[in-house]
Amino acid sequence: MARRRLQLQTDLDALLASKEMVLVCGSGGVGKTTVAAAMAVAAVTQIGGRVLVLTVDPARRLADALGVGHIGNEATRVPDSAFAAAGVQPRGELWAAMLDTKAGWDDLIRLHAPDEQVREAVLANSTYHNLASRFVQSHDYLAMERLHELHSSGEYDLIIVDTPPSRNALDILDAPRQMKEFFRSWLLRWLTAPYRSRFFSMASKPFYQIADRILGSRFLEDIAEFFMLFQAMEKGFVEHANEVEALLADPRTTFVVVSTLEAAPSYEAAYLARELVRREHHLGAIIANRVLPASMTAKASATSARKLVKAARGDLAEQIAEQLDTQPEIVGDVLTEIGTRFHDVAVVATREAERRAELSELCQLLVAAPVLDRDVNDIADLLELAAHFTP
Amino acid sequence: MPAGPGASILDRRLVFVTGKGGVGKTSIAGALAHIAARSGKRTLVCEMDAKGALADAFDVGTLGFEPRQLEPNLFAMTMDTEDALREYLRLFAKVPFIGRIGPLARTFDFLADAAPGVREILVVGKLCYEVRERHYDIVIVDAEATGHIISQIGAPKVIREMAQMGLVREQTDWMIEVLHDPSITGVAVVTTPEEMPVTETLALLDRLEPETGVAPSVLVANRVLPNLFTTRQRDVVERLAEAAPLIVDEVGRGAAAVLDAARITDARRGVGAGHLDRLRAESDLPILIVPELFTRATGRRVVALIGEALAEELD
Ligand SMILES: Nc1ncnc2c1ncn2[C@@H]1O[C@H](COP(=O)(O)OP(=O)(O)OP(=O)(O)O)[C@@H](O)[C@H]1O
Ligand SMILES: Nc1ncnc2c1ncn2[C@@H]1O[C@H](COP(=O)(O)OP(=O)(O)OP(=O)(O)O)[C@@H](O)[C@H]1O
Ligand SMILES: [Mg+2]
Ligand SMILES: [Mg+2]
Repeated sequence: MARRRLQLQTDLDALLASKEMVLVCGSGGVGKTTVAAAMAVAAVTQIGGRVLVLTVDPARRLADALGVGHIGNEATRVPDSAFAAAGVQPRGELWAAMLDTKAGWDDLIRLHAPDEQVREAVLANSTYHNLASRFVQSHDYLAMERLHELHSSGEYDLIIVDTPPSRNALDILDAPRQMKEFFRSWLLRWLTAPYRSRFFSMASKPFYQIADRILGSRFLEDIAEFFMLFQAMEKGFVEHANEVEALLADPRTTFVVVSTLEAAPSYEAAYLARELVRREHHLGAIIANRVLPASMTAKASATSARKLVKAARGDLAEQIAEQLDTQPEIVGDVLTEIGTRFHDVAVVATREAERRAELSELCQLLVAAPVLDRDVNDIADLLELAAHFTP
Repeated sequence: MPAGPGASILDRRLVFVTGKGGVGKTSIAGALAHIAARSGKRTLVCEMDAKGALADAFDVGTLGFEPRQLEPNLFAMTMDTEDALREYLRLFAKVPFIGRIGPLARTFDFLADAAPGVREILVVGKLCYEVRERHYDIVIVDAEATGHIISQIGAPKVIREMAQMGLVREQTDWMIEVLHDPSITGVAVVTTPEEMPVTETLALLDRLEPETGVAPSVLVANRVLPNLFTTRQRDVVERLAEAAPLIVDEVGRGAAAVLDAARITDARRGVGAGHLDRLRAESDLPILIVPELFTRATGRRVVALIGEALAEELD
């Protein structure tokens, strides 16, 4: 594909500089939220401009560091002082916002309700409250929806979107289509048709009878009422879902797949990467997160580990003990343990290197973010990760 | 602690294994099923999210709704709402075999999105049915993650509380009998010793019984790194970098990676220990500890190794 070749990216900087929207996806707990924030930090320190990261459920301390600890849909600016504290001067502005799904739905209703009456009726409806948190991959859709809104505001040069943990990482791609299908479904039409014609079709279609028998007719009536209200908003919702869907394929959008190099997440990441390419979305990068240093697979390291066990009880322990002002036996025990255990870590590192090679076949850009010896909590930690994005 | 609460998880007849995404639910469920089957129980293990991870854990190509025997006493299936609906219609609504379920399934999908609990009650109903009919001695469920488990196992309660449901409502009584009896149904919450998984676990423990009537039974702390050093030794580990030149001189330049590995692993263990303490402080449930495995194996070997660790904890 010519377009793709023209846009060949050689590093993450170039990718972030050439795109306006980045969707960060991957399986649960692999570091999507962390990597999204670190990419935003990388962009704002390396490239500049107004950069916004839209996060979903960040860990508390990271949320505090980004200034999104409070509830609400507002974007807030991460103060330059937070960067200064970490010893850097950003070239642009870093903004952060949190995805609040309940508020997101209410906003959508307000946007699409034809009049105040419908709007108030929906917002007060108890079925709506059940639905808002549950139906058609609600979280995924809202993340996309929010991206659309932020992008069309024209206020940002780059928007990086973290995605919610979903059962299936592909859900995000299907969300707009499902939203449209929901509104177009013949059942919605049937439920909201005038009672009499509904009665006729009911009598003629055995599966309505079954649905009726299983679920109870009162229930069907109840939700019919709710959907009647909803149908009034169909046009707005469907048009909007079309625009949101178009964002997925927009040349200014790229996808970044995050994964650890463990079996199950890598497998899912590979699937996701293939699927993105198959659907002709732009797969910008795969980011392998929490990766052990490559040096751990080196033969020299294994050799040193073996030698360390042998040398642990001799002069070496005594010299070290003297330097660290402790006893040689303690040092000997420590060196033995460290030398013996190295094999465990090397096994994992080797496995990771294999998976990394597999993943790198799937994307022109594979970036490895190292495992830190602590949780990623503040701007300094994010900068440390970001430093590995732009070698 | 009496050998009771933790040990009895395999004395239940229906065990849900839940936890935050990625913490090891599938691996733990597979391992529990493996040891249950080894102990002679006719065991069914069921994956709820249809990701295929359970099939990978047992190195079998694919699994379907129809249970498939993997080992003596061990059967595995994946949940499928459409198949569950079909079976439900056949068994309870006395609707004869429906070949093409297409339009009905779509209607159903739609309703299931709209009405709380409809999809959930079918799949939970299927599990309870297997228990009630005593097709298996124990049914182990690789369940939905913390975010979804409440709506899943709480469905019968929610539906019963909603007036005016049809046949489905009448079915909730026997399901609730199964689910709300702690000697029959148990929930194992898996977590890793990390911030978000522990936080989500504690949040789930607060909500589970009040909202679903199903009590949590045991916690599994998975991927725990062993504490290798005493306090005095750790002091040395932390300052060993200062002596790096000495060590490199003696054992070669590879020493840097060896020291790094020790530092990273021990620091992560320390962070994890803090999160585990929080878990212990805020919950009275027994905690089964499963260590981080350092193996190049995947699939069944991992299940077997985790099984060994769990079996030791359950003894
Ligand atoms: N490179 C890293 N080194 C060390 N810890 C990390 C690294 N990346 C992420 N973490 C830690 O891993 C945990 C999970 O990360 P994060 O919340 O970003 O994952 P996620 O994919 O967004 O999870 P979810 O699916 O729940 O949204 C956090 O505690 C984070 O601090
Ligand atoms: N004790 C352990 N030591 C090392 N690796 C482990 C351990 N437990 C699980 N894993 C690995 O972690 C990965 C995730 O495990 P698993 O698929 O069981 O998690 P899960 O909670 O079912 O994930 P999901 O939420 O995506 O369904 C797998 O690659 C698995 O092999
Ligand atoms: Mg996240
Ligand atoms: Mg799983």
